[in-house]
Amino acid sequence: MMGKEMKIAYYIARKDLKAYYLKPPLISWGIMLPIVFILAFYLRNPKGIAEIGPGLIGMTVLFSATSMAAIVISFEKRIDALERLLMAPIHLRTILVGKGLGAAIFGFAMGMIALLLIIVVFGLHVSHPFSLFVSLLLSSLTFAFMGILVSVGVKEIFEAMTLSNFFRFPMIFLCGVFSPIVTMPLVLQIIGFCLPLTYSVDALRQSLLSHEGVIHRWLDIAVLAGFCLMLFEIALVIFRKRTQESS
Amino acid sequence: MDVAGIIQAQDLSKRFGDIQAVDQLSFSVQDGEIFGFLGPNGAGKTTTIRMLVGLLRPDPGTAVVNGYNVLHEPVRAKESVGVVPESSNLYGELSALENLIYMCQLYGLPKKDWRKRGEELLEEFNLLDRKDSKFQGFSRGMKRRLTIAAALVHRPRVLFLDEPTTGLDVMSARGLRGVIRNLKMKGVTVFLTTHLIQEAEDLCDRVAIIVKGKIRVTDTPEALKESVKETEVLELKVHPLPPSLLQDMEVIQGVEKATIIEDKLRLYGQSLHGSVGAITNQMDAKGIKISSVNTLVPTLEDAFVKLTGVDAEVMRVDKPVKMGGQG
Repeated sequence: MMGKEMKIAYYIARKDLKAYYLKPPLISWGIMLPIVFILAFYLRNPKGIAEIGPGLIGMTVLFSATSMAAIVISFEKRIDALERLLMAPIHLRTILVGKGLGAAIFGFAMGMIALLLIIVVFGLHVSHPFSLFVSLLLSSLTFAFMGILVSVGVKEIFEAMTLSNFFRFPMIFLCGVFSPIVTMPLVLQIIGFCLPLTYSVDALRQSLLSHEGVIHRWLDIAVLAGFCLMLFEIALVIFRKRTQESS
Repeated sequence: MDVAGIIQAQDLSKRFGDIQAVDQLSFSVQDGEIFGFLGPNGAGKTTTIRMLVGLLRPDPGTAVVNGYNVLHEPVRAKESVGVVPESSNLYGELSALENLIYMCQLYGLPKKDWRKRGEELLEEFNLLDRKDSKFQGFSRGMKRRLTIAAALVHRPRVLFLDEPTTGLDVMSARGLRGVIRNLKMKGVTVFLTTHLIQEAEDLCDRVAIIVKGKIRVTDTPEALKESVKETEVLELKVHPLPPSLLQDMEVIQGVEKATIIEDKLRLYGQSLHGSVGAITNQMDAKGIKISSVNTLVPTLEDAFVKLTGVDAEVMRVDKPVKMGGQG
């Protein structure tokens, strides 16, 4: 039974990737924006790219996974196509796993492109490949479910993107993307520690640069897993409520 | 309620804020019949379908489809039904065949059957030559046909169709009605909603007339027409045709109901022939000219007007078709 549902979740993810990966909001928000950021920082300080490389990879995953999730959910809601999944003999949980998986695969792929770009072009060295892989994977899933959580509650794509940006942009500055979180004022540090990107960047930084992190990289990964589950369960509750409310 | 029904609804109700969309509906649909839910827009037809297929939780009430309680066993119930929503909501970016294969995947068909079943349905619905064309490029009629095909991939015993011909041209609508009749011949039970009285009369074995969330009457189209057999129907072509004329007519003795259908005045009564003098006098007094008078045999439309008090013109208003890139 579990295997059947997982197979269906995979088909949902595969269809989403096939149907939506070339949608304009995905290209602009998911791909172009992180590339522009990487180039902008490189041109400003070519030697410092290694220091902020992990943060930029984390940010790339954040923007691409949330954009993909927001598009598939809100676009399909607008054209009633999401209802097609609700009519099929599958659980709501499977639908969300499928939608999250598609967005996570896209986010992971974009993160890998950013990683390869930084490794090949800027000569960054990977210290802990396995924890890098796991943290990239969990970051992709976590941000995908964050995108789903944002989009299940709104009707239009532009609302989903606006609401996403409400979370995404502050996270860039609060989660240690550009400067270590411990250098920030205490209040901002507390807020930063409540956001998943902090743990994503911390784990990526340790895995890539062998720097000492704020917490151990595997603890970062465990916290990310917790965020992932929590965001999924909250999204599921809202999704269930919204599907029953619609007339 | 008939316990043998393949669809059984008991006291189904749904409220949205202050609006009671569906109010204690109980009915039963027999295996193999085409059952029509006939009513004006906003009567509660779509809400009822959504509760029957597990998309909406009833406030109180139960729905049993194919022996499965929709509330308690939603997945099993969904496995045994096909649903064609009002909007043709397949995926515009996928081809016709890819859409059907995706449906096969969602309904758990074995991998070896996906392509075969998809092509079989495309042939049946006369779309095989367009199997590789994207859904977004299809005409509205083709989209509707493919949406019905998509609901049949798993060979359901029951098919729910919400306003199947809304927004279609005459030829496409006629073709689609043929498709629905063929499904019945194959033993599929069809539950359809429509606001088109003629469609209900042409297609349905039994019709439930629903107005403001309540079923007014359920019977065969023939029996419904029989119920107004004694009613005389007079159709007058008059000019001008002010809306106030309806009230003026209904105060005349013998006229039970007056309505406007397709720019003609239609009067109902048990002994209208005795009222003709009063009717023409009233017209003269208002300066209205009568250019033709016809006596009609009561139709399902007349039965609908008589039984519900709802003007037939209200039923002719099409719901706006949701475009959303999918048509």
